[in-house]
Amino acid sequence: MDYQVEFRDVSVSYGKDVALKNINLQIPKNEIFGIIGPANAGKTTFLKAINRTLEFIHSAKTKGEILFDGKNVQQIRNVYGLRRKVGVVFPLPVGLPMSIYENVAYAPRRSGIHDKQDLEEIVVRCLKQAMLWDEVKDRLDMLGTKLSGGQQQRLTIARALSHSPDVLCLDEFSIAIDPVTTMKIEDVLADLKDEMTIILVTNLVQQARRLADQTAFFNKSELIEVGPTEKIFTTPDNQLTYDYVTGDFG
Amino acid sequence: MSSEVTNPFETNDQERRGKKIELAVKYSTLAMTWLLIIPVLAIIIFLVYKAWPALSVEFLLDNPEKKMTAGGIWGPLIGTFFLVLVSLIIAAPIGILAGVYLNEFARDNWLTRFINLAVVNLAGVPSIVHGLFGLGAFVYFLGMDRCLLAASCTVAVMTLPVIITSTKEALASVPMSFRVACWNMGATKWQTIRTIVLPNSISGILTGVILQVARAAGETAPILFTGAMISSRIADSGWDAMVPYGLEDRFMALSYHLYIISTQWQNVPESFKFGTAAVMIGLVIAVNSLSIGFRIYLRARKKW
Repeated sequence: MDYQVEFRDVSVSYGKDVALKNINLQIPKNEIFGIIGPANAGKTTFLKAINRTLEFIHSAKTKGEILFDGKNVQQIRNVYGLRRKVGVVFPLPVGLPMSIYENVAYAPRRSGIHDKQDLEEIVVRCLKQAMLWDEVKDRLDMLGTKLSGGQQQRLTIARALSHSPDVLCLDEFSIAIDPVTTMKIEDVLADLKDEMTIILVTNLVQQARRLADQTAFFNKSELIEVGPTEKIFTTPDNQLTYDYVTGDFG
Repeated sequence: MSSEVTNPFETNDQERRGKKIELAVKYSTLAMTWLLIIPVLAIIIFLVYKAWPALSVEFLLDNPEKKMTAGGIWGPLIGTFFLVLVSLIIAAPIGILAGVYLNEFARDNWLTRFINLAVVNLAGVPSIVHGLFGLGAFVYFLGMDRCLLAASCTVAVMTLPVIITSTKEALASVPMSFRVACWNMGATKWQTIRTIVLPNSISGILTGVILQVARAAGETAPILFTGAMISSRIADSGWDAMVPYGLEDRFMALSYHLYIISTQWQNVPESFKFGTAAVMIGLVIAVNSLSIGFRIYLRARKKW
């Protein structure tokens, strides 16, 4: 079986604080992989380890092997290429202080696409996929930072899609978006599954249940349980998992 | 019956005292603010009043004659201009690049902390010490002799720490989340700096540099031993009057000129002394207003 992302005995610590403890995990291609768990469980660290943005936190130390498409990410020379293969959306919307068009064209430009027609095609496609196109198609030269919070978050999603990633990591993407738009984006994610692997970190356990093929439950830096979503939500092996998904946690 | 209704918003002693203190704080801070403004206004009015007989276009454009008993201040004025220009050409690139390194690349280790400490301490070094340092380092050790270049280097060293600090602050005002977003899209650190960080902090950086113009123009001590001279004959008109000093020439400068005509030379008309001082203050105010105006303009088009 081909795995898109594989964690082999991975531990991450920030100085003395352990953020991930001996994680072993396989994420198959073209799946939506849900990650649930309470605050401080190591979910965000997990995402940052994949595209090596942990390196920007100087105190972070990673042990073990992380394989991306079968290759150890620590041995990938072109780390910028690796990062373009991973799209990341963080909980808080970040519109870059440039036009909406430039926000989405930013990553393609960095990867060497300069043809105006190609760029425009990418911008339109990504904005449509992020359900933002209809609202901004007449004002693409407006500053991305002047959009509302929910619109900026969809702009962030469009940006994450703009470099045609193999993996899309969504870190609680919906906390700044209204429920209607959230549902629309969830539909898009279900469609995108054919093109890429999606890792969905979410605090809304029902969102994981709706979308994910497999779900992993993290707690206190450890992977408690991983399995098919239906199983995790109905008959998990671990009592902690059961308590968490039924809302009887803590 | 109505007299028995109690007012729920009646003030008690605690609230009355709070209100008194509130007023006392408000008016004492207001008084201190006025105390600050009054001397500034007084200095300007006094200077302009005393300098009025001398102030004219000729005073600015003529060279000093007969030990400053006639003529104007063109020589020192253009000397100060070149001093500021050359020193900023040296200090601005070094200071800005160092600031970029310290804020964007340097890790938080003992070396970085040591450099930051050195920068802060360098900013507190008295200007006369800079002057003596320049004399030793540039004039003697590097063998420049006393000249415009040596003086400019000395002034550059003096302005560097402030340029570094203001650059760092301007860069730090760009939210970290912008950088993180770019890094996640596979941008290198430099691409991120070039496309996001610098375009949104250049106003703060330039404001810091502009403010150093006033400082470079005003200080006497750093140029005292490194290149300023009491008086030199320069051309009265034409190209030679516009660019009277080469990098290896000694030069006149406003601050030093003012020092000489107020303490060393006899029979200088009073209005000439005050005129020179008024022009210097005028320059400082003009440069500072420029930087404030610049900041207002750029803040109006702030992008987030």
